[in-house]
Amino acid sequence: MENESKSDIRKKDKAFLNGLRDGLPIALGYFAVSFSLGIQAKDVGMNAFQAAVMSLTNLTSAGEFGALSIIGAGGSYLSIALSQLIINLRYCLMSFALSQKIRPETPTHHRLLMSYGITDEIFGVSIGQKYPLSPFYTYGALLLTVPGWTAGTAIGVLAGSILPDSVTSALNLALYGMFTAVFIPRSREDLRICAAVITSMTASLAATYLPYIKDIDGGSRIIILTVLISLIFAIIKPIDNESSDETDAGHTDSIKEEKEAGSTS
Amino acid sequence: MNTWIYIAVMAAVTYLIRMLPMTILRKEIKNKTLRSFLAYVPYVTLTVMTFPTILGATRSLYSALAGFATALIMSYFKKSMILVALVSCAVVFITELIIIH
Repeated sequence: MENESKSDIRKKDKAFLNGLRDGLPIALGYFAVSFSLGIQAKDVGMNAFQAAVMSLTNLTSAGEFGALSIIGAGGSYLSIALSQLIINLRYCLMSFALSQKIRPETPTHHRLLMSYGITDEIFGVSIGQKYPLSPFYTYGALLLTVPGWTAGTAIGVLAGSILPDSVTSALNLALYGMFTAVFIPRSREDLRICAAVITSMTASLAATYLPYIKDIDGGSRIIILTVLISLIFAIIKPIDNESSDETDAGHTDSIKEEKEAGSTS
Repeated sequence: MNTWIYIAVMAAVTYLIRMLPMTILRKEIKNKTLRSFLAYVPYVTLTVMTFPTILGATRSLYSALAGFATALIMSYFKKSMILVALVSCAVVFITELIIIH
């Protein structure tokens, strides 16, 4: 207990403040995007409180957005569960990556809390931190982003109808703009991802307009196409493990750092 | 169908996906096909959700096309998600000011 000294507390504070700082721009962006999510939540019959609870407990743009289209179509609970499993499967990968980024001895309660904060954006800034990632960094990032996301959704439900059509029409594009900003940069870096993205666009376009296939509801279309295309590409164009190299590099850096820190203290 | 049950199911599934690898499995996935599958999933699913749905998201096909083109170009130059989203919205707004009276 004596070892939980002032310097440890200072490290926690610093990690927390870093998280807070990196969280601020994310929170502002979340507010804008969740506002348009709130407009859609209202369209499927949710009130502001329900929409806020959904955003607070889910904290995922693509997942909530996918769920709303299924709820709007009166889909089953099972199809909601499946849609979340498929759409949010990437968080599983991020969770794996983060488990390599924190100290192995990180206690379970920190792991349980940090897991809640795995989103594309928070993962993005977290993975940019030096090893080991402090749980307090994540908590700092969550402090602004979660209220931003939740409040944006609720206000979208309440104020969506007050805004003129011209503004809601424009805001409806926000989520898709964000998604585009995820798959296009990676396509530029990796031709295999690029091929998968082009295939996805073509297949999705075909599935939306081809007779019979177009009758499949939107949520199922997303799930079926995602599994099929990802599986086919995984088999014909496997992606070698780049992330493990990064983590290894992260570990080596950190070991060096710890040595330096140890020698100075 | 009850909205609260929908929300509870979503929240439970999403949290489990995030929590299980971090707390239980502490080893790396070795299976190459499974790793590759998981690597493709986010990009494929986001693409399928975006296209062609984005073309019907606004009041006019032309404003949607203008917004989508803006998003594609800015993303190609690796602008941040937030900036891409906001500028694309602005382009939709301006396009509609011009074409819808």
